[in-house]
Amino acid sequence: MENRYELNKQLAQMLKGGVIMDVTTPEQAKIAEEAGACAVMALERIPADIRAAGGVSRMSDPKMIRGIQEAVSIPVMAKCRIGHFAEAQILQAIEIDYIDESEVLSPADDVYHINKRDFQVPFVCGARDLGEALRRINEGASMIRTKGEPGTGDIVQAVRHMRMMNSAIAKVAAMREDVLYEEAKQLQVPYELILYVHKNGRLPVVNFAAGGVATPADAALMMQLGAEGVFVGSGIFKSGNPKKRAGAIVKAVTNYTDAQMIAELSADLGEAMVGINEQEIQLLMAERGK
Amino acid sequence: MKIGILAVQGAFAEHEAVLDALHIPYKEIRCMRDLQQTFDGVILPGGESTVQGKLLHELHLFAPMRQWIADGMPVLATCAGMILLAQTIEGQDTAYFATIPITVRRNAYGRQLGSFHTESECRGIGKIPMTFIRAPYITQAGDGVSILSTIEEHIVAVRYQNQIALSFHPELDCDYRLHQGFLELCKQ
Repeated sequence: MENRYELNKQLAQMLKGGVIMDVTTPEQAKIAEEAGACAVMALERIPADIRAAGGVSRMSDPKMIRGIQEAVSIPVMAKCRIGHFAEAQILQAIEIDYIDESEVLSPADDVYHINKRDFQVPFVCGARDLGEALRRINEGASMIRTKGEPGTGDIVQAVRHMRMMNSAIAKVAAMREDVLYEEAKQLQVPYELILYVHKNGRLPVVNFAAGGVATPADAALMMQLGAEGVFVGSGIFKSGNPKKRAGAIVKAVTNYTDAQMIAELSADLGEAMVGINEQEIQLLMAERGK
Repeated sequence: MKIGILAVQGAFAEHEAVLDALHIPYKEIRCMRDLQQTFDGVILPGGESTVQGKLLHELHLFAPMRQWIADGMPVLATCAGMILLAQTIEGQDTAYFATIPITVRRNAYGRQLGSFHTESECRGIGKIPMTFIRAPYITQAGDGVSILSTIEEHIVAVRYQNQIALSFHPELDCDYRLHQGFLELCKQ
């Protein structure tokens, strides 16, 4: 099992410096792959539409996920509801490459997350801060992403979560060793994980940005803030020219400090997704699953 | 000595950590500007070959880097890197650098559930740890390709002239012997 967990963390390492794109059909998956996505997230509706439609949102139809697995050669991820281990079992049965236990879907359990150590396939989970990230890792997550606020096209929450994470990591790294026990207690996480952060100055798994990325500049911002890669959900297929925007975001993630290049990439992309401001949101998905 | 590491996408930081441990200077290659220096060798890291191949073209790195390799610059290529060097990729009409006469099968061990870790013999080195992540393997090797390692009859490591191509990821295991062998090539 230890070995499987290592391999799962290592798959996330291979995705670094890349863009993972939400897709709802095999055709979109092809567009994403051709535009340079390092993986795709198969889901029935992109977060902006989930938000608009309301109601309960669940794991996607396995047939639709299989269609996407057949359409592309890059890794395919899919979402299950927080705590819904039966959905996760189904995703494992169809050999998904990564499960996202995601706050974008309606939570199935308001207390417990999935015991991800029970699974062979890897899990990515959202986190707003260091405590959440380490709790998910303790449960067996092999990759972390910021929660941001999905389906809004508003980057403010992803920025807030990434900054909270980084400042907490810097704080733990600078602590005296004898106060780490108290810090573990405060964050409600095992001492060993706090000790890892203290010694290495980073999470023990790869950390991507997610939730609100809509432009190449958004992606570059998150990379400069320390993200190791980017998830783009509604930002691509809710925009005027998905193909061009997807390709531009991929290149912006590779050359995230090259403002000259990003200026060129940002030109003539067509309309960005409209977006909703933080204050206008009825439903805060980031509040789901702590 | 200075090594260039292709850093458009993937696990380049892991190779950097190995070179740091061996006290070897390196630079990342992300855009054309980065090619305006002299390198003694180049590393092609793991990641997604479709992404790396596309970015090599769009960032105008492809032609100059292919020339370096064709002119004999030593290369260490892991996983996706091996796919970039292969002359033929099964199921695809196009290849990338195509500087080693081999045929590779992408995701040859299946999806992530097929990823595995093992130890096996590598010619000239001995037993080494090998980590395979959604890995390719070589289905055919042409003239002049020297086979360094096979696992269950599948070729997973080759050398051709100054190019070393591996299905697995030595940068993920704390065994630097393959990197040291590559650095010996770079010194010559």
